[in-house]
Amino acid sequence: MTAIDAMTSGGVGPDTSPRQDPGGVPALSIQGVSHSYGPRRALIDVSFAVAPASFTALLGLNGAGKSTLFSLITRLFGIQSGRIGIFGHDISRAPSEALRLLGVVFQPRTLDLDLSLKQNLLYHAALHGISRREASLRSQEVLARIGLADRAASKVRDLSGGQMRRLEIARALLHRPRLLLLDEATVGLDVKARADILNHVRQLVAEQGIGVLWATHLFDEINSSDELVVLHQGKVLAQGVVARVIADAGAQDINAAFARLTAAVADNRSAAP
Amino acid sequence: MSVTTAGDQRSGFSLGEYVTCLNGIVWREALRFLHQRERFVSALVRPLVWLFIFAAGFRQVLGISIIPPYETYILYEVYIAPGLMAMIQLFNGMQSSLSMVYDREMGNMRTLLVSPLPRWYLLSCKLLAGTAVSLLQVYAFLLIAWFWDITPPPIGYLAVLPALILSGLMLGALGMLISSGIKQLENFAGVMNFVIFPMFFASSALYPLWRVQEGSPMLYYVCQFNPFTHAVELIRFALYGQINWVSLAVVAGCTAIFMIGAILAYDPSRGLSRRGPAGGET
Repeated sequence: MTAIDAMTSGGVGPDTSPRQDPGGVPALSIQGVSHSYGPRRALIDVSFAVAPASFTALLGLNGAGKSTLFSLITRLFGIQSGRIGIFGHDISRAPSEALRLLGVVFQPRTLDLDLSLKQNLLYHAALHGISRREASLRSQEVLARIGLADRAASKVRDLSGGQMRRLEIARALLHRPRLLLLDEATVGLDVKARADILNHVRQLVAEQGIGVLWATHLFDEINSSDELVVLHQGKVLAQGVVARVIADAGAQDINAAFARLTAAVADNRSAAP
Repeated sequence: MSVTTAGDQRSGFSLGEYVTCLNGIVWREALRFLHQRERFVSALVRPLVWLFIFAAGFRQVLGISIIPPYETYILYEVYIAPGLMAMIQLFNGMQSSLSMVYDREMGNMRTLLVSPLPRWYLLSCKLLAGTAVSLLQVYAFLLIAWFWDITPPPIGYLAVLPALILSGLMLGALGMLISSGIKQLENFAGVMNFVIFPMFFASSALYPLWRVQEGSPMLYYVCQFNPFTHAVELIRFALYGQINWVSLAVVAGCTAIFMIGAILAYDPSRGLSRRGPAGGET
């Protein structure tokens, strides 16, 4: 068992069972979202949903609009058109309620390199109003579970890339969210660290019922049973269970399906007057 | 047991949660300040150079007549001490602004902005934290200045505290507002040239305004409209146990205006989304 696997084998809170939202409300609901940077359209009428206790891969090349979408979901950007809901809470109208239920791992590192591991966790906890005592308790436990308890006082700067990502995931879970967003979380990591982190996130879905939106441009991070949203040039080209998307595209695998879907967009563009 | 449990569905936040958040942000700012010892040293060296070298040289050139709040003739060093205290806060405000731009580029700022607490509150906490750090610097400066015969009345050390808090908030809010408009860290050098130096030199920090008026009536009016002038005068009067009501009103008003501007600039529907994600992301 790797350190990151071990992270899911114990816990801080009293609740152990995987859960589905009783009202059938999606963990994340995106309806008709468009976004532009001046004249450049980054997202065009994007709609999809992430169910509780599901792993949804958001597949797109660099420049597809994934990070823009994450910035809208996390309210770093304001929504220009459309609606985003987290467990039914509109991110524009009830941001506090929505953000309480959300954990995020951004593409760039968002740890404070000059602070220690524990100080980073305590700071995050404070931003969610978690008392110092409770935060200290949770921090010790999550650090033990990711195998970094003995480095609690070390500066984050001294960690490897994989360890930083593990710490960021642990931090994103510290306030016990029900939806976890990960934007290209494995970029820059070696093969083993990538596999560890991916397995860990899948375990969170299976064992704790967290809804996960996993943004990636790497085909090998997607399983045939995952939910998939293909984002290309700001548009959703396909969505559904991976096997279904592949079948609908008339392809043999996800790689070929993606190539066909994006080629069709290119063909349509060249055919346009 | 599990790492995660159902996120709570409560609306709003308790007072305890607000206080915890404030403590956390101030604590982090203090930690960063302690880790950056060179920042503390440079924050002190700058005004001390002005005090020990510049003021010593100008003592014989620039006579200071009796002007409020002083009741007798004073040395030039005594005159510029409040201006140097305000200068510490000005540089600290801009340093905070610089660190916000850096945090935004490096991603740390996102941690703050995705907190569920209201954004205006998060930014206010950040502002208070920066002001708290500037107070440490100013009082360290006052301690050293005391050995240089700059000895305001003992009550002045206490009376100046509210003035320093208010001026620190104003200059911090200005820095925050500026940081919202800076796209890249490299652009920050412009802030030095276009904000810090003009604000400092076109003020009463280094010379009384009646002297400025004699030399250039136009510059006198510029100094009068400069909020930094009023921060200096607010501190100067408070250091001698008095209140300059005009300066108090100007500094309080400017604090409110800069703060509202910064909150609007960091509002997701107004500010950040125009720029697009950080480098390389889309």
